[in-house]
Amino acid sequence: MMKKKAMLIDITLCIGCNSCQVACKQVNNLPEGDEQKLSATAYTALEEHNGVFVRRMCQHCESPTCVSVCPVGALQKTPEGPVIYDETKCIGCRYCMQACPFQVPRYQWGSTYPRIEKCVFCYDRIIKGLPTACSEACPTGATKFGDRDDLIVEAFNRIHAGPTKYVNKVYGQSEVGGTSILYISSVPFEELGFKTELQATPLPTLTWNALSKLPGVVSVGGVLLAGIWWITNRRIEVQRYEEELKRMEERSKSSDLHLN
Amino acid sequence: MKKYISKLTFWRVVAGLILLAGACSAAVRFFEGLGAATNLSDEFPWGLWIGFDILCGVGLAAGGFTLAAIVYIFNVKRFEPIIRPTILTAFLGYVLVIVALMFDLGRPNQIWHAIIMWNPHSVMFEVAWCVMLYTTVLSLEFLPVVLERFRLTKVMALLKKVSIPLIILGVLLSTLHQSSLGSLYLIVPEKLYGLWYTPYLPVFFFVSAVAAGCAVIIFESFLSSRAFNRGLEMSLLSEIGRVAVVMLSVYLTMKVVDLADRNAFSLLFVPRMETYLYWLEIVVGILAPLALLTRARVRASRNGLFASAVMIILGFILNRMNIALSGLEACAGKSYFPTWMEISVTLSIVTVGFILFALAAKYLPLFSHERTPEQHVPARAWIEDLKTVSQL
Repeated sequence: MMKKKAMLIDITLCIGCNSCQVACKQVNNLPEGDEQKLSATAYTALEEHNGVFVRRMCQHCESPTCVSVCPVGALQKTPEGPVIYDETKCIGCRYCMQACPFQVPRYQWGSTYPRIEKCVFCYDRIIKGLPTACSEACPTGATKFGDRDDLIVEAFNRIHAGPTKYVNKVYGQSEVGGTSILYISSVPFEELGFKTELQATPLPTLTWNALSKLPGVVSVGGVLLAGIWWITNRRIEVQRYEEELKRMEERSKSSDLHLN
Repeated sequence: MKKYISKLTFWRVVAGLILLAGACSAAVRFFEGLGAATNLSDEFPWGLWIGFDILCGVGLAAGGFTLAAIVYIFNVKRFEPIIRPTILTAFLGYVLVIVALMFDLGRPNQIWHAIIMWNPHSVMFEVAWCVMLYTTVLSLEFLPVVLERFRLTKVMALLKKVSIPLIILGVLLSTLHQSSLGSLYLIVPEKLYGLWYTPYLPVFFFVSAVAAGCAVIIFESFLSSRAFNRGLEMSLLSEIGRVAVVMLSVYLTMKVVDLADRNAFSLLFVPRMETYLYWLEIVVGILAPLALLTRARVRASRNGLFASAVMIILGFILNRMNIALSGLEACAGKSYFPTWMEISVTLSIVTVGFILFALAAKYLPLFSHERTPEQHVPARAWIEDLKTVSQL
């Protein structure tokens, strides 16, 4: 089986030439539109923070929040790494957009039959053994495609080879349980618009904690409610029975009186 | 023609204008798309329709299962006189939630996918099933009223046999549904502002919905007593007010304990918009009604009880809107305010709810004093009126 794929983005190597976006739009047949930031027509976009270019795109989480929240399973995590989208299943609830910790999924707001738009990690190319279009187009090697395990080792090798150059962190190694897109940088990540408050626990565990209690709530709750009904109903029946008994006694008493 | 003009009261004109605006908005929504009709965006994918129509709509329908549990499970039969209008309110609430969903979903024609394409890890999947199943249960709980109207005694007897399991199922489904709407937001810990985000969101949603459900029972009884010139079951309603007091106290205590647990008390005094909205929600929706309803004199007075109920409902709506909209604004980096089209669709849905309730009150044995067959509207008048309505 194919090893889990990933991309290492070395922010220090990016010159902001935008070849990644051009290649991406070509491969995905995306029409012209807003290309300054992530949009329904741009699966990747360059952000500039004080002269430093940062590529934004779907992070292809190891435990993707979007996959866990989709009620109909339109989003799937493939064993090769990509998080892919099946628009024929999608009902358009946009929970994936609401839930994504990286605020990546975009929507075709102008369409009457809209779909979610986001990077799918060139899934069709990857399963054929090809690299992603953006990594192939990158002239400086700032975006490198490969096996996730290897790329993490390489990232740390680069950091250790230039400890004064790099911040000692591989962003994406552990965030929300790890992602397929890994970043290394010379500028602290919080200054580049990265969310650094994200924990290592995958977000889907938060909702699963609640959802997994469901069978317990239903079975205990059901028995409890049935029990309460049984007791209260029995009480009413007993009450009725006693009243009936009293009436019968009174009746027999009055008939006794008559006889006497 | 004259006959119809004379019937044009102020509220009918208002309702007509709202429905007209709603129809225009619906046309824009379905022919131009969500982008043209709403202020939703990639940063703000959920707006008024989720925040109000869904979250508040479902929550305010909580009176249905609360009262059903009181009357049928706890067998407190003296509440029976108000069970029918309450179940109807809940049923209409759920039907209208589905209508709102059709507006909000990007691909409403695929709404049924949740039936066959399962993802049990998704809270939205649980929500979808709860909506489907509980709407079915509510329709069965309300069906006896319709059957009684048309004197279908055989079906009624059949339904009566399964009524207790049905009520239990309804209470369970409601519990799941109310809490799951809170669970929806468990997945956004770093997006939802700290005053609202807590692992107890599902419990908070459930408890506050029961309190709001009680308030809706009171509110709806007052409105129908005015609209249909009928008496008010004051003693029953003050008792419901007492249930609301218990639920609000539990809610308040849990909120305080939760803030303490998360060391979040300091957030209560940070001078920013979220803080003010939070305080407004707590004061209007919990503290003020608690201060009022704990007094027996207020519970026994018509105005006191009604005002308290309105406050609980407003506080509840504010809470849901804060969680769905205001609490997410800071992280989205963008503010959201609905378009007139979003607002008019929401208002239209509420208006349709009122109209359907009024029609049901007119033609179905909804209130206890009508439950003698002689007082029913004759069948022919019913058909005549339907014709009139369809001509309008």
